[in-house]
Amino acid sequence: MIDVRGVTKRFKDTVAVDSLSFEVPTGVVTGFLGPNGSGKSTTMRIIMGLDHADSGEAVINGVPYHQLAQPLREVGALLEAKAIHPGRTAFNHLWYLAQTNDIARRRVSEVIELVGLTQVAHKRVGKFSLGMGQRLGIAAALLGDPGTLLFDEPINGLDPEGILWVRNLLKGLAAEGRTVFVSSHLMSEMALTADHLVVIGRGRLISTGSVSDFITTNANQYVRVRTPRTDELAGLLVAQGARVQREDDGSLAVSDLSAEQIGVTCGNAGIFLYELSPQSASLEEAFMEMTRESVDYHGHRVDEDVATSTSGK
Amino acid sequence: MTSTTTTVWSPAPVAHPRQRTVSLLRAEWTKMRTVRSTMWTLVAMTIITVGISMIAGSTIANRWNTFSVIQRLTFDPTRVSLRGLLFSQLIIGVLGVLVMSAEYGTGTIRATLAAVPRRPRVLAAKAAVFFAVAVVAGEVLAFSGFLVGQALLVSPAPHAVLSQPNVLRAVAGGGLVVAVLGLFALGLATIIRHSAGAITAYVGVLLVAPIILQSLPSSIGQPILKFMPFTISDTMTSVVSNGNDAFSPWVGLLVLAGYAIAALVIGGWLLNRRDA
Ligand SMILES: Nc1ncnc2c1ncn2[C@@H]1O[C@H](COP(=O)(O)OP(=O)(O)OP(=O)(O)O)[C@@H](O)[C@H]1O
Ligand SMILES: [Mg+2]
Repeated sequence: MIDVRGVTKRFKDTVAVDSLSFEVPTGVVTGFLGPNGSGKSTTMRIIMGLDHADSGEAVINGVPYHQLAQPLREVGALLEAKAIHPGRTAFNHLWYLAQTNDIARRRVSEVIELVGLTQVAHKRVGKFSLGMGQRLGIAAALLGDPGTLLFDEPINGLDPEGILWVRNLLKGLAAEGRTVFVSSHLMSEMALTADHLVVIGRGRLISTGSVSDFITTNANQYVRVRTPRTDELAGLLVAQGARVQREDDGSLAVSDLSAEQIGVTCGNAGIFLYELSPQSASLEEAFMEMTRESVDYHGHRVDEDVATSTSGK
Repeated sequence: MTSTTTTVWSPAPVAHPRQRTVSLLRAEWTKMRTVRSTMWTLVAMTIITVGISMIAGSTIANRWNTFSVIQRLTFDPTRVSLRGLLFSQLIIGVLGVLVMSAEYGTGTIRATLAAVPRRPRVLAAKAAVFFAVAVVAGEVLAFSGFLVGQALLVSPAPHAVLSQPNVLRAVAGGGLVVAVLGLFALGLATIIRHSAGAITAYVGVLLVAPIILQSLPSSIGQPILKFMPFTISDTMTSVVSNGNDAFSPWVGLLVLAGYAIAALVIGGWLLNRRDA
């Protein structure tokens, strides 16, 4: 189990992690979600004792990382792909790490085999593709057969087959009773892989709990309505307390009101309906909704510009 | 999730023994020998150091007849044959810097510190392994430079032999100066963390500072000059005194060791404090 307790970390004037507390349970895959720059990597480095927290602490099975006797046998981590000397071979990179923790040479070949790098084990890492580097990082994490594993964006640079492989690997590790903590900024990926979620934004905890709870509370329901008298209907629905949003294709997304209630309203007002369909937002949308306020880097939507510039028509 | 998964891993807590120093030394040795820069640096160091000794020896033998009486009387064949060690000092510094800064440059430092979270132990193991390599390299080059140089100092030029007073000290001591300066460079790299910056600082102390000091009025420059590695190394590798104000050879070596230890202690302290 990983226990993060009130951790705060500042870099000059950015607060990367802000009084963050959460627990990562054993035996399940825990997804660590947050938009770019929300502090996921920083939190993981703090758990690994690589960055020092300004306040608070992170412990693994009750012990701060730096007090672990043979850390690689207790915690394995993939922090950044290819943070490896390009001139060293994959085997030698793993071999020196193994030596520090008295891990047998045989185990090095074993993990190389496990991640499918046997063919290139004695090639220099500088020649590796991003995906191969990622696999080598995963091999390093597995080296000491640890009970706790951290993976920072493990599927970056992997092909679909690689992604599937990582997904099954993570699930398998958790099923064996290990603690598996995986960061991602893709909710959809976590929905497939994780059982438990920790969601952060701007370094703060937004939500934590099981994936299924997350889906029921956050996959917000709305009703899609198409009618020729959009403005009139929108007015009526808002008057009944609904939240109405106009979509790009001219339809309305109505929440806080059931399809039946909308249908009755239309009937009473004599408004024709072309479409009345209940929808549930995807998890990805729920995640975006949840972290909207805390996203540091918004992409610029072209149609937003168009909408503003033509609004004075 | 199936409950029938064969569990290959047991969650029962195991009390692991503390990381052993010998394990850390082995790991650092693996790291050092498995990058090509180590080998190339040592090869370059050998060619340049022995090459300079050869050139120095044969040039002097050829020109001996043109030397003045004073030049002949103060001629120090040992010192001449160890002239190449200045280049050994430069190159070992580059190696000392790279051994540490490459970890930062490539990001390997995070893998290393995750494997060995007690950071001063990492630095101590790295410094020990590097120093062992540097002592061997320094001594091999000092002795080969000396022997090759003396072989080329043919008559009428006089040559030195190891059994003469102070000659063995000059040669063996010259090799140690190389190793200690390399360690100093490693310490600088731990503080500075960037190859270029650390190499610049090292070359600055080794070569640029003496030049600047010599251009200053001697009342200011001279007292500081004797603390310079350049001066200390020259005293160590000389058998005939040149009369300059200087530390005795072994005191000089202790001063250099002091620089190396200071750089390593500051580097170790920063390593512990800073984010990796
Ligand atoms: N070493 C550092 N020095 C200064 N600022 C940093 C440093 N590391 C991270 N930051 C800042 O801290 C914040 C959190 O960064 P972090 O890398 O932890 O986010 P992240 O959630 O991992 O993002 P991503 O999804 O892009 O990987 C960002 O604003 C980042 O710019
Ligand atoms: Mg990150």
